[in-house]
Amino acid sequence: MTAQLLLVAPLLAPLLGAALTALLWRRPAVQRPISLAATVLLLGAAVGLLAHTASHGTLVGAMGAWPAPFGIVLVVDVFSAIMLVITGVMAVAVALYAMGPGAAERDRAGFHPLFQGLLLGVAGAFATGDLFNLYVWFEVMLIASFGLLVLDRTREQIDGGLRYVLLNLVGTTFFLLAVGLLLGLTGTLNMADLARLAPDVDNQGALAAAAMLLLVAFGAKAAVFPLFNWLPAAYHTASMPVAAIFAALLTKVGVYAIIRVFTLIFAHDAAFFGPILAVVAMATMVTGVFGAAAHYDVRRILSFHIISQIGYMLVGVALMTPLAIAGSILYVIHHIVVKANLFLIAGAIRQAGGSFALARLGGLWVTRPLLGLLFLVPALSLAGMPPLSGFWGKLAVVRASLEAQSWVLAAVALAVGVLTLFSMIKIWNEAFWKAAPAGPPPAPPTRSQRLATFTPIVALAAITVTIGLWTEPFLALSFQAADGLLDRQAYIAAVLGPEAAR
Amino acid sequence: MELVVAIGIGVLAGSGVWLLLRPRTFQVIIGLSLISYAVNLFIFGMGRLRTGVPPIIEPGTVGNIALHDDPLPQALVLTAIVIAFATTALFLVVLLAARGLTGTDHVDGRERDQT
Repeated sequence: MTAQLLLVAPLLAPLLGAALTALLWRRPAVQRPISLAATVLLLGAAVGLLAHTASHGTLVGAMGAWPAPFGIVLVVDVFSAIMLVITGVMAVAVALYAMGPGAAERDRAGFHPLFQGLLLGVAGAFATGDLFNLYVWFEVMLIASFGLLVLDRTREQIDGGLRYVLLNLVGTTFFLLAVGLLLGLTGTLNMADLARLAPDVDNQGALAAAAMLLLVAFGAKAAVFPLFNWLPAAYHTASMPVAAIFAALLTKVGVYAIIRVFTLIFAHDAAFFGPILAVVAMATMVTGVFGAAAHYDVRRILSFHIISQIGYMLVGVALMTPLAIAGSILYVIHHIVVKANLFLIAGAIRQAGGSFALARLGGLWVTRPLLGLLFLVPALSLAGMPPLSGFWGKLAVVRASLEAQSWVLAAVALAVGVLTLFSMIKIWNEAFWKAAPAGPPPAPPTRSQRLATFTPIVALAAITVTIGLWTEPFLALSFQAADGLLDRQAYIAAVLGPEAAR
Repeated sequence: MELVVAIGIGVLAGSGVWLLLRPRTFQVIIGLSLISYAVNLFIFGMGRLRTGVPPIIEPGTVGNIALHDDPLPQALVLTAIVIAFATTALFLVVLLAARGLTGTDHVDGRERDQT
């Protein structure tokens, strides 16, 4: 009974937060503590879920007590629980950071209800065990994220938002098309039931078509090559807390859906999908990193790096070995922390230097040495420098590629790491190292604003260092999640009962 | 009947894609709506096309699939229609805001001749 409550708690916390903050629309001062409390509750519930699933196995809850495959089920295995925990960590960090400079304008525009709505959609997508339900959570996420994107109502935000919404709606139609096709082929949309029936479908060609449609739909969410154009167009316009939570979670929901669907439903045909996913992964890595090399705005550089890093996360599902999938999961954990932190730091750079354009920044190492050190931690981690968290993620992914004898994949992964370092050094040189440009420095923020800005940055940097120096438990958890993903019969048995599994 | 429905879906989807690639925002949103109609019809068709049978199980007809239709695709389509309605409304608001801020209904935010 308590386990079932734990299962719905990550959904109830943001739902409650969204409802309460929406009711208190005109009282921003009350919204802030409610919003923070809801995120802390989400984190606590997620940690409890992770502890439960790691020791007791997959947790399944039938909504409305309709048994699977007829009703909608929430299914949280170790992988889902890891994603929920990291969602909780990011939610708390961003809720704190959002109390920094610019909070009053954001709160008036309705930041907190939308933020909680976004968390609800993300948590729902991670927890659901039903394909159509996943579609519904995607739409919840889309609507909330769009509201957050155009929070400042500037022309460039509306312009970026237009592309974002349009491409996501087109992606959604592909998703529904695949849902229709799968329903026609198998008569079910429960993921475990789909996994049970998929190997026996007569028309495997149509099943592969559905898989490719899903790859397009989730790929558009995850911003993989060639569907990434909306991301750099939209992310660099959003205000910094919003960009940080987007960078941390939105694309990762797409990655999660790709990993889930291709390890569960289409795993019997991995020999066919593997090479396709490998090519997509490589193209994503390369285009992202070259895009970043070409730009001179901190936010655009970081946006393109999200794309290139998505490629690493797809390596696991392309190779389908335990080490590769564990590496991908470790990479997702590391990337979410590091990327969100870089966006938070970009906001702090803006506060300290007055701009996001590298040409107009400089000399921050003299005035803000602490910020410089805090920038180096996630920046070097993103490039894969030992002993930070990115190194271990990259090591696992590259080693898995070498073991699978995918030499090209390993070479691309290593080369992209070097180019990532180039982009990070570019930001370092321009923003921190070169002489400060002429002109008065912007007004320093108040003490409480500084506290709200720097607490999450320091905390996230500490997580990065911890994963780097004390990798063992994180790697063990990733391996446990990978084994859970590869053991489809255990998943089917957990959802549909032991007699359904073979 | 399958052929008629298939052609209908094809025409809707084709017109939708063509409109989606047009430069005016209004054309884009109509195109998007047409595509979502096509997808909804497709999901509906995936439940097999039958005439004259209700999607309700009457007492005494349980287990005889000749006497009732599959209600699941209809429920799915209903949900999809509601969500598509909401997202279309949302998108319309974006388009109106873009029109107000840029003074044009071109998707690029400016007319082609003014550079």
